[in-house]
Amino acid sequence: MSAVAEERGARAPWALTAPALMLFVGVLLIPLAMTVMLSFHDWGQYKGIEPVFILKNWKEIATDPYYAEMFWRTFRIAILTTLLTAVLGAPEAYILNRMSGRWKSFFLLVILGPLLISVVARTLGWALLFGGNNGLVNKLLMSFGAIRSPIPFMFTETGMVVALAHVMMPFMVLSVWAALQRLDPQIENAAMSLGAGPVTIIRRIIMPQIMPGVLSGAIIVFSLSASAFATPAIIGGRRLKVAATLAYDEFLNTLNWPLGAAVATLLLVALVLIVVGSNALIERRYAEVFR
Amino acid sequence: MAYLELDRVAKQFGAQTVVDDFSLSVGKGEFISFLGPSGCGKTTTLQMIAGFLDPTRGAIRLEGKDLIAVHPAKRGLGIVFQSYALFPHMTAAENVAFGLEMRNVPRAERAERVRAALAMVGLAGYEDRHPRRMSGGQQQRVALARALVIKPSVLLLDEPLSNLDAKLREEMQIELRQIQRTIGTTTILVTHDQNEAMSLSDRIVVMSQGKIEQIGTPQETYERPASAFVSQFLGKTNDFAGTIDRAVTPSQLVAGSWSAPAPAGLNGAVTISIRPERIGFGDAGLSAKIVTRIFQGNHWLFQCDSECGPAIVIRQNDGTAQPAEGEAVRLTWRPEDMSVRARAGA
Repeated sequence: MSAVAEERGARAPWALTAPALMLFVGVLLIPLAMTVMLSFHDWGQYKGIEPVFILKNWKEIATDPYYAEMFWRTFRIAILTTLLTAVLGAPEAYILNRMSGRWKSFFLLVILGPLLISVVARTLGWALLFGGNNGLVNKLLMSFGAIRSPIPFMFTETGMVVALAHVMMPFMVLSVWAALQRLDPQIENAAMSLGAGPVTIIRRIIMPQIMPGVLSGAIIVFSLSASAFATPAIIGGRRLKVAATLAYDEFLNTLNWPLGAAVATLLLVALVLIVVGSNALIERRYAEVFR
Repeated sequence: MAYLELDRVAKQFGAQTVVDDFSLSVGKGEFISFLGPSGCGKTTTLQMIAGFLDPTRGAIRLEGKDLIAVHPAKRGLGIVFQSYALFPHMTAAENVAFGLEMRNVPRAERAERVRAALAMVGLAGYEDRHPRRMSGGQQQRVALARALVIKPSVLLLDEPLSNLDAKLREEMQIELRQIQRTIGTTTILVTHDQNEAMSLSDRIVVMSQGKIEQIGTPQETYERPASAFVSQFLGKTNDFAGTIDRAVTPSQLVAGSWSAPAPAGLNGAVTISIRPERIGFGDAGLSAKIVTRIFQGNHWLFQCDSECGPAIVIRQNDGTAQPAEGEAVRLTWRPEDMSVRARAGA
């Protein structure tokens, strides 16, 4: 091959990926960089945004316990949501996988169906069921005398976790489902023929093999829950803020864009660190299963 | 007394009968093959013995005791699956040890037996490898060690060699036979490969469409096929239409211009089955023309056009001159080499 052709060959991948790269740089990297820059700018009630380089916003986040509490709450909710989806979603996927053809596709549709409905509509559904005295379930239970006051759901962390788990469930089920597809269809028979009972089969044979699926599902659910906006905004409102709703409020209500940018940047960095870190851990721990 | 006995076992899925009227007595230490094309019910029968499927009718007994009532986990059978079904998250040693663990074998004895089992299949030193880092042949050996280490009463092999390449398959066949002879475990092999069945087994059960076609030693099933299906399935065969003429004395069996004294019992239209390697070229016999002649190293393969239809002849390459393509020949064979059946529909 001539030197010219070789050079052209080396350039070709760049030329071919250029449109996608430009889009990536234009709509993701540049705005992201601008947001990070913004977090170092100054802001005042009357002077607006001043393009200077100061650490005021970062200092405020680091020192004011209000922000610590906010981030702690955000991650607490995300962790609880992840646990809930894993505990419910993994068995759900396993049962689904054992169903016969027609039921399997029907229930798969039931699980994936919610993805077709807007998160806002789904969360508002919870509000209709449990929202104060007028919530459908609350009304019903109170009319029976089963409860005296409405079940605390709106503006509580429990409510937020339940609603988020509902929204996130398909991601967990799909992820575990994918891991189950990789299982040898005879593996349970093999374990059984060696004398293993049903509990041992699930604990010793199935669980270790679907664990990577559970964990990658957990990473998806965790990062989506920690950065979720619609569900916390509707269930938690102003009373129970998380990082995403806080950033939104700083941008659109207080108009303190630099502080909002700092919150958003911190959330992003924390999430990236957690996701990349746990991913590396999982890949090392389950190297044999992933191969 | 039979060691493992299947008594008129049948399996139906809905209206479809997959296995019907399957009766077989297996002696202790015997190597039996279930041979048949895919969908003949051989794997279904194996799964019924293993306990993964319950027979619709019939009984399965092991040493006289009802096996169907025993939970599959308690049957104590060793099974090697077609896909091996190794546990990918465990090392080779852990895979082999699993069955012993389930039997609460003490740790020291367990380690010793695992080591011995892996050594027996030629995998000493591979204890800490994970299955996905092993070749197909090695995985196969781990699966065999895992099934044998529990000292199973019966070893069930479900097409264990079908995923290996031809050379490795041959090696494993020899090894499998040696291991089975050494430890003397009663073995049932499911296969669709007639060579595999013939080279490994003491007896072959030839199956077709859920029914047993023939049970016999490899020689018996090959030399004396009980049905057209068996003769077609076990190697190449020539079927010639013939007639038995009882009007002349002594009565004659005639196929084209070939004839021999008629065997007893049959009359009228018959089918003569003769293996290609049992046909020779002679001065008298079925007249034929050689269409193609193929040299295959140790033997010659002739495709002929005879007066009774196409015929295949195999001759050993023993250095003698062979007829050329287009040459007219006479095909002849010894009457004891053929099998004669009444011709259906004639």
